[in-house]
Amino acid sequence: MSKQFIRNIAISSIVLVILMSAFAGVGCVDQESEDGESGITEDAVSGSIIVKGSDTVLPLSQAAAEDFMMENPDASVTVIGGGSGVGIAALIDGEVEIAMASRTMKDSEIQNAQNNGINPVEHVIAWDGIAVVVNPENPIKELTFDQLKSIYDGSVSNWQELGGEDRPITAITRDSSSGTYGYFREEVLLNEEYRQDALVQPATGAIVQEIAQNRGAIGYIGFAYLDESTTALALDAGSGFIEPTPQNIISRDYPLARPLHYYTDGEPDGLTKEFIDYVMSPTGQDITSDVGYFPVM
Amino acid sequence: MSGKNIREKGIQSLLFLSGTVAVVALFLLCIFLFREGILLFEDYPVSSFLTNTKWFPTASPPIFGLLPLLLGSLIVTAGAIMFSVPLGIAAAIYISELANPRISSILKPVTEILAGIPSVVFGFFGLVILAPVVQRTLEIPTGQTALTGSIMLGIMALPTIISISEDAISSVPRSIKEGSLALGSTKWQTIYRVTVPAALSGISAAVMLGIGRAIGETMTVMMVTGNSAVIPGFPSGLFAPVRTMTATIALEMGEVPQGSDHFHALFAVGSVLFITTFIINILANYVKRRYRFNL
Repeated sequence: MSKQFIRNIAISSIVLVILMSAFAGVGCVDQESEDGESGITEDAVSGSIIVKGSDTVLPLSQAAAEDFMMENPDASVTVIGGGSGVGIAALIDGEVEIAMASRTMKDSEIQNAQNNGINPVEHVIAWDGIAVVVNPENPIKELTFDQLKSIYDGSVSNWQELGGEDRPITAITRDSSSGTYGYFREEVLLNEEYRQDALVQPATGAIVQEIAQNRGAIGYIGFAYLDESTTALALDAGSGFIEPTPQNIISRDYPLARPLHYYTDGEPDGLTKEFIDYVMSPTGQDITSDVGYFPVM
Repeated sequence: MSGKNIREKGIQSLLFLSGTVAVVALFLLCIFLFREGILLFEDYPVSSFLTNTKWFPTASPPIFGLLPLLLGSLIVTAGAIMFSVPLGIAAAIYISELANPRISSILKPVTEILAGIPSVVFGFFGLVILAPVVQRTLEIPTGQTALTGSIMLGIMALPTIISISEDAISSVPRSIKEGSLALGSTKWQTIYRVTVPAALSGISAAVMLGIGRAIGETMTVMMVTGNSAVIPGFPSGLFAPVRTMTATIALEMGEVPQGSDHFHALFAVGSVLFITTFIINILANYVKRRYRFNL
């Protein structure tokens, strides 16, 4: 009898501990956000902000946030990925201080924001280059935009038609939730659809992997992912072939270079301003180069 | 006494609540899934969803054709069955009928460990090791094909098929087998003509649960099948990239604007997937119960 009683006590105390830890978690969250609010009003380099959005911008923000918090131990910068659309939606809902985006906001998103009393302000924090890559054994080393478009819209399916070897083309794209997918469609396909039989890869790493082992493959990846397993092509958007080099991206000559954005609600102030200033500072722009993007100059 | 009664009742109702959690969760999930899915058909005709052969979710106007995704799922699953069913049943027969007890006591747990490997690991293996092998042996443009996905899914469905078939085969009563042997049949004849037919209901259930596992698998398939939303030919489609329903949802859910047609279309695809696996599970249960061996 007493044994059972002890067991019951044990069970209820376990349940209690679980419940308590659950509520303790709730308590913590509350306290943090209160701290954050008071921090912003009192002191600029303490408190907490949330940065959310594009997975392309994520590594840059993460690296910058780590260094920023090292220098300002009282400040907390939380960086969350999820995609440009997710970050912008969170800014519109007022959940985050900064939205990261690898594209500009759509008109419909700006409209939604204004309806919600949010006034989005754009900050270009870095530039990203998109390289068109093929297998190193592919003799093709340069393509015009027209040729690139014909590969991706399905009108050309063999390298022979572009002066290469007799080998079927395996065109590779990212999935439609990627900002790069949208950017490439806009710039190269002029908003037409990708060919239906294009390989769709869930991550840039998978594109590199496939191209490294497939002599007929072609894909597009961020400059940060370039290594010796793939060869980046020189591109011609109408003004001659431009080599995919950092110099050509910084000088904006390379045709597939795009700005990376932060969006804030109104002009930034407090910790938000401190953080953006940090990213734009020479130290921040060095971090930008370290993670494989190009500084705004 | 009454205090004890209240405690008993209290504990009982607490346990009742825990017991019904699964049912409630399933019920709520169904409602959510179907409600979001049906909203697609306010703006997009059902007939077009079911019969269109193109999946262009971000075009304007968008095209949400289920067919390439449904057929993609089917061809990958069909391929997986071709690999895993003969292999799985053969393995189950060996473990329960032929292997000496020491060997089968090693084989069975090891098979079950296979079920515990995370699917992303299978996917990575398929992408890095199997896809290049498939490409080189068949001399096709890319190794990311339905076949690669089928092989990986076949391996993943093996533990389910082996372990349930093995249970079914070893629960066939000794007396029947001994009767057959006493009549002069060889060991192989007994297995082939008596034991396996007697265990057929359990084996069919095993196969169906294996199919259920294969059709719902996401990560591995997304990593190795290439994800081109084209209608696959049969059997030529096995050697080309395909896109399954699960991969579509996983690929596109990330950045789809909430509440848009594309969002609802993904839920509609999810509903179709749910209904498919639901039917397969019910069939498996039915077969298992209906033809249970009773003597």
